[in-house]
Amino acid sequence: MTLTETILARASGRARVEPGDNIWVNTDVLLTHDVCGPGTIGVFHREFGRDAKVWDREKIVIIPDHYIFTADSLSNRNVDILRDFVREQHLPYFYDVIDDPEGHWQFDAARGQLKRQYGRSFAGVCHTALPEKGHVRPGEVLFGTDSHTCMAGAFGEFATGIGNTDAGFILGTGKLLIKVPETMRFYLDGALQKGVMAKDVILHVIGEIGFDGATYRAMQWQGPGASALGMDDRMTITNMAIEAGGKNGIFAADQTTFDFVDARCAANGTKADYQPAELSRDQRFVYDQAFDLSALEPTVAMHPNPGNRALAKTLGHITLDRAYIGSCTGGKTSDFLAFAEIVRGKRVAVDTFGVPATPGVVDDLHKAQWNGRSVWQWLEEAGVQMTENASCAACLGGPVDTFGRMNKPLTCISATNRNFPGRMGHKDSKVYLASPYTVAASALAGRISDPREFL
Amino acid sequence: MSDQLTARVFVVGDNIDTDQIIPAQYLTLLPTVPEEYALLGSYAMIGLPEGAYPTKFITPGTQETEYVVMVAGKNFGCGSSREHAPIALGAAGVRAVVAQGYARIFFRNSVATGEVFPYESVDRLCDVLKTGDEVTLDFSNDTLTHAGTVYALKPLGEVRPVVEAGGIFAYARQTGMIPAAS
Repeated sequence: MTLTETILARASGRARVEPGDNIWVNTDVLLTHDVCGPGTIGVFHREFGRDAKVWDREKIVIIPDHYIFTADSLSNRNVDILRDFVREQHLPYFYDVIDDPEGHWQFDAARGQLKRQYGRSFAGVCHTALPEKGHVRPGEVLFGTDSHTCMAGAFGEFATGIGNTDAGFILGTGKLLIKVPETMRFYLDGALQKGVMAKDVILHVIGEIGFDGATYRAMQWQGPGASALGMDDRMTITNMAIEAGGKNGIFAADQTTFDFVDARCAANGTKADYQPAELSRDQRFVYDQAFDLSALEPTVAMHPNPGNRALAKTLGHITLDRAYIGSCTGGKTSDFLAFAEIVRGKRVAVDTFGVPATPGVVDDLHKAQWNGRSVWQWLEEAGVQMTENASCAACLGGPVDTFGRMNKPLTCISATNRNFPGRMGHKDSKVYLASPYTVAASALAGRISDPREFL
Repeated sequence: MSDQLTARVFVVGDNIDTDQIIPAQYLTLLPTVPEEYALLGSYAMIGLPEGAYPTKFITPGTQETEYVVMVAGKNFGCGSSREHAPIALGAAGVRAVVAQGYARIFFRNSVATGEVFPYESVDRLCDVLKTGDEVTLDFSNDTLTHAGTVYALKPLGEVRPVVEAGGIFAYARQTGMIPAAS
C-alpha cells in the first residue's frame, strides 16, 4: 500500500484498502478557523442538539487566522462565536486573538495595521501554527475546514480539507466517510541550484500535470531529493497539492520529521506518541514520474491559475504594481530569510507587503541579526511594509480593509499559493505566484525577474 | 421530488473557482443564520469578471437568480474548501449544476449540504448552450434536453437520494443511520 493507503487502512480498522474504497475513518485531529468554524458549530448544534458534547475535546484545534485584523464587525463576531463554543465545550486547544476568555475581540483600526494587536495565546495562520503548536504527528488523520489543510502531509500524515457539514459531523462523531484516493508518485532526485526553492518545485510540477491534474488523488513525494528537504520546504510543497486538485500531499516521515515533531510536542505538552506509516515495497501508483531538482529554474504561475507555468527569466516584460510575501505556504521564517537575503541593503521599487504567518515568525525575524541589525529592520529599511499582525491577510482578499488587499485592478507578484481571478481582492487584478527569492528580486526591479541575477 | 426540471441556464467556462462563486469578503456571513444564508445567495457568482460574463447572475433588485441550472466546463468549484460556494448557489435558487467536471471538495460539499445536484455531463455543454437557454433535466433518465436534442449526463447514482433528502444528516436520519432529530 502507498503511504496514504497505509494510514487510511489503519484509521478505518482494516488490514488493507484499495483506491476507490469508501471507508469510515477515525479522526485524530479536527482543525477549524474563524471563517468556517462558526458555520461548523452551527451545523453541530443544529444536528446534534444545543446540549450536545463534542466527540473528543483533546482532538479539536481551533485557530482564528483569516479575518482578524479588520474592523468588519461580522468578522470580529465570528471570533467571539469560536470563544463561546470553546467555553461551552471546555476545549483545551483554542488559540484566541485575545487572552480574556470572557472578552470580545474588536480590532482597533486607529492603532494601524503594523503593530501587534493580539494576546499571548494567538497562533497565526492555522496550517503553519498547527505544527508549531505540536498538533501534527506522522501516521495520523487530520481533517480541516480549509483547503490548505493538505500542508500537514509534510509530516507523514493524511491531511485534507473538508466543508462545514462534514466537519460538523466529525465534531459529533469523530468519523468521516471518505473515498480512498489513487496515489501519484513524484520521485525527486538531485539538489536545487542556488536561487531555486521548494516553491519552484511545486509550481513546476503543477505546470506539468495541470492544475486539475491530481483531482481526487494523493500526491506522494519520495526519493533522495525529497529526503534532503527540510520541514519548511516539504510544507511548501504539500501545501499546494490542492492547487493541482489533489486530495492530499504526503512525504514519508523520517528523522527530520521526528526531530521537528518531537520537539514541538514536548515544548507544548501535546500528545507525543504516534505510529508513522512505513514506505512499503508493494505500492501501486496511477502516475509515477521522476524529477531532477538540479534542472529546475525559478518558476512562476501566471494569472489566472496555479498551473499556468512560465520561467521567471522569460517574464521580464511583466511590470508590477506590488509584491507580497506571506501566507501558510510563503510566510514562514525561512521564506522571509530568503526574501531578506535579496532585498537587504537595497530598495524595493513597488509597494511591497510582508505578513509573517505566525507570531513565532515575527519573533524569529526580530531576533535574527545580520551585521548588528535584525532581519526585520533590514526588511523595513528595504521599504517592505512589515506587519506584526500574523494572519492570512490579503492572500485571500478578505474584507476591504485587509492589510495588502488589492482594492484596484493591480498586478502583484506573490509568495502565496493561489491566483484565480479576484483571489487577492479586486476581480480584475492579476496575481503571479513565485518563490520568496523571485518575489524579492521582482520587487526590486518592478518587473518579474530571475532571482539568480541578484544573488 | 418531480423527476423533471425545466429551467433556464447560466453558462460559464472552465476552472470557475470558489472565489468567483462567492468571493472571500462575503465569508463573514454565517450559512446557518437564515438572513445571512439569504445574503450569501444574493452574492452568488459576483466574483465573475464582468468582461467575460456581462449578464448578471442575480436578478437586479432581488436576492435570487432566474437561472436555476448552472452549466459549466471543467474543474468547476476548484480552489478553497468553502462550503459557502454550493450554499450560495442553493440560496440563490440554483437546483442543479451540470459541469464537465468538478473539483473534489465542491462536489463533496454539494452532496453533504444537499444544496445542488452536481451532474457531470458527457458532452462539453458549456460550448453548446448559451445563458438564458431553456433546458429540461430528467433525473430518472439522467439527461438534459435542449431544443429537441437529448444530451446524456453521468448518472448521479447514490448522490441523488442524499441531495434529495437535503444533505447527509437528513439522509442519514431518513435511512436510520443516525437517530431521528430529538
